[in-house]
Amino acid sequence: MATYRRSGISRRAVVEGAAATAIGILAAPMISRAQAKPIKIGMPTILSGRVAQLGTSSRNAVMLEVDKVNATGGLAGRPIEMVIRDSKGQPQEAARVARELINSDGCELLIDAEASSGAFAVHEVARDLKILCLHTNSETSSLTADPKQRIPNAFRVCRQGIHDSIVGGAYSANVANAKKLTKWMTCSPDYAYGRDTTAQFVEYLKHFKSDVEVVSEAWPKLFQPDYTEVLTKILQTKPQALYSCLWGGDLTSFIEQGNIYALFTQTETFAVNMADYTALTVVKNLPKGIHSGNRYIKTFPKTAQNASWADAYRAKYNEYPTNWVWQNATAVNFLSAAARKANSADGTKLADALRGLTIDSPFGSNGKLTLRADDQTLIDYAVGWGTTIPTEPYVPDVTPGDWRQIIELETEWKKKNNYT
Amino acid sequence: MDLASLVSCFGSSACLVTQVTSGLIIGMLLFLVAAGLTLIFGVLKVINFTHGAFYMLGAYFAFSIFKATDSYVIAMFGAAVATAVVGLIFERLFMSRVYGRNMLMQLLVCYGFILIFDDVVKIIWGAEFRSMGMPAIFQVPPLFIAGGVVPPFYLFLVSMTTVIGVTLWLVIERTRFGKIVRAAAHNPSMLSVLGINTGVLYGLVFGLGGLLAGFAGALAAPVRSLTPGMGFSILIESFIVTVIGGMGSIVGAFIGSLLIGLIRTFGTVGFPLFTDGLMYLFMVMVLIARPTGLFGKEIA
Repeated sequence: MATYRRSGISRRAVVEGAAATAIGILAAPMISRAQAKPIKIGMPTILSGRVAQLGTSSRNAVMLEVDKVNATGGLAGRPIEMVIRDSKGQPQEAARVARELINSDGCELLIDAEASSGAFAVHEVARDLKILCLHTNSETSSLTADPKQRIPNAFRVCRQGIHDSIVGGAYSANVANAKKLTKWMTCSPDYAYGRDTTAQFVEYLKHFKSDVEVVSEAWPKLFQPDYTEVLTKILQTKPQALYSCLWGGDLTSFIEQGNIYALFTQTETFAVNMADYTALTVVKNLPKGIHSGNRYIKTFPKTAQNASWADAYRAKYNEYPTNWVWQNATAVNFLSAAARKANSADGTKLADALRGLTIDSPFGSNGKLTLRADDQTLIDYAVGWGTTIPTEPYVPDVTPGDWRQIIELETEWKKKNNYT
Repeated sequence: MDLASLVSCFGSSACLVTQVTSGLIIGMLLFLVAAGLTLIFGVLKVINFTHGAFYMLGAYFAFSIFKATDSYVIAMFGAAVATAVVGLIFERLFMSRVYGRNMLMQLLVCYGFILIFDDVVKIIWGAEFRSMGMPAIFQVPPLFIAGGVVPPFYLFLVSMTTVIGVTLWLVIERTRFGKIVRAAAHNPSMLSVLGINTGVLYGLVFGLGGLLAGFAGALAAPVRSLTPGMGFSILIESFIVTVIGGMGSIVGAFIGSLLIGLIRTFGTVGFPLFTDGLMYLFMVMVLIARPTGLFGKEIA
């Protein structure tokens, strides 16, 4: 009787094999995703002290965007894990924290959410350890403009002093021409930011209106509680216009104290940092007609995307976004776009991808933001000036700055400072 | 240096009125804080570094009470009393344990509580700065006196601090309690022997210091931003005032405060880049001429 030799593979084995293959194919992405090592991003920022609100808002903004990026697969498939530490606003602590984040916590990238003094310290750590670093809050122009500072692995993803000064100068000169304001006075905090920003503003104000004369200056200390002597000096000087880059609690104190001297009815006031919710919502008697540069307000750019982003932030954190918020959110957006472009989360590849990268953004002047390749800094962000009203939306109309003019004058400024 | 502006200011009634009233405003607020500081030092021989924190608490208490009641009068008195109670409790529970100890121990306790009070403020009111806003009654245009600008709120502030200062002087100089306080400053052991409970007295003096700092905080709240740590800057200036006036002297604190206020306002006109320096320079000159301060007494 002939025997029928059974084949070596049984029907059961075929079914089992097919099932295993099918499960393997279907589950492969999940397994690979589960195995993808999270990418740790270190973030030194100011979480305690007088400006802690800005640091915590930076953290909130980053987490808001990181959640979105992780929901869509992370950076090139690697989920982001933020490691956020307090620098207390001290440069040496910022540098120590940054170094620790990389060496001890295993962070592969840095989002440096320090103010300028700390940012320069973190910049040196990034230079030393050759780690990709995105500065999100330092507005000091030299950080990226000065070739001596420049390193291939550091980018500025925030506004910049020189850009604000050009736009402020142009806007203020227009107002000054219309209202015939030639006698000016300045009142700014007595430290590097106050001195540099004021000097640059005056330079561009005079560039656009040469007959302006600054008749007096006042330099109150940073965090000065009482402005009485400054206010009386302004009243004695009787300037037609006043420029100030006071900010935060100092600005609100100055406004409240200026109100009782009726200062803002006597002098046209240009306060570059007024149009920020941290100040707008705290001042109890916000005067009408104060000119201010935009920091962050949901009405500028006047787009649905910007307004809904602000609403989403407010809904999640029960607070208005600050200027540091949009900048830190933008840093995460750029990292995400760069990872998609490079198909990698490697720092060097991300840096290559970031150079010259343009992304869609609610914070762009025309819906887009670019990290300019030659000095690795942010351009095309929404920058402009408007005037205040006492209630929401606080600054209803903002006159946007002209980026063509900004870049033209910035190039001249760089040449003048040997930054080319 | 802008001596021409300073000379021109002295020749202008508008400038003189504005700068003198500004000096009074700065000085009188400083006086309230410095008076408490010097009173506590005079009686307890403790330099109370937490005094700035009491000023901060006064401002925050006023902020909350004003928000709840919409009455600045209630806010002001409520804040002063609440701060006095905090001062009393703080003294009984903590400071009373370090009397007679070395200064480093006292300093560490005070410094520790500065940080604790700052953190308590952060927990209750948040880390971000706050603004109380000007009470409606004072939201009026400033007065013009001889061409100088004088805001009505500042007139109220100077009047209130004057009333508080005169009351304090009367209490210390004309009442039985004041006599006991002065006796405690001079010879606390003898006071104990005479049956006075010095522990309670010390607590009351600390509470009185807290009351004054609380008043100062409440008076400053409508025009200054409220933030954790806001007491530090006024503490430094108050120390300068007490050193100039003489440690332990309330009259000295008054004169010192006014002098600092005037130096600040006229210094801004004549020496805009050296206003703070002027204050310290003046302190150094006083200390060279009179090491115990203008009204201080040599400790036997």
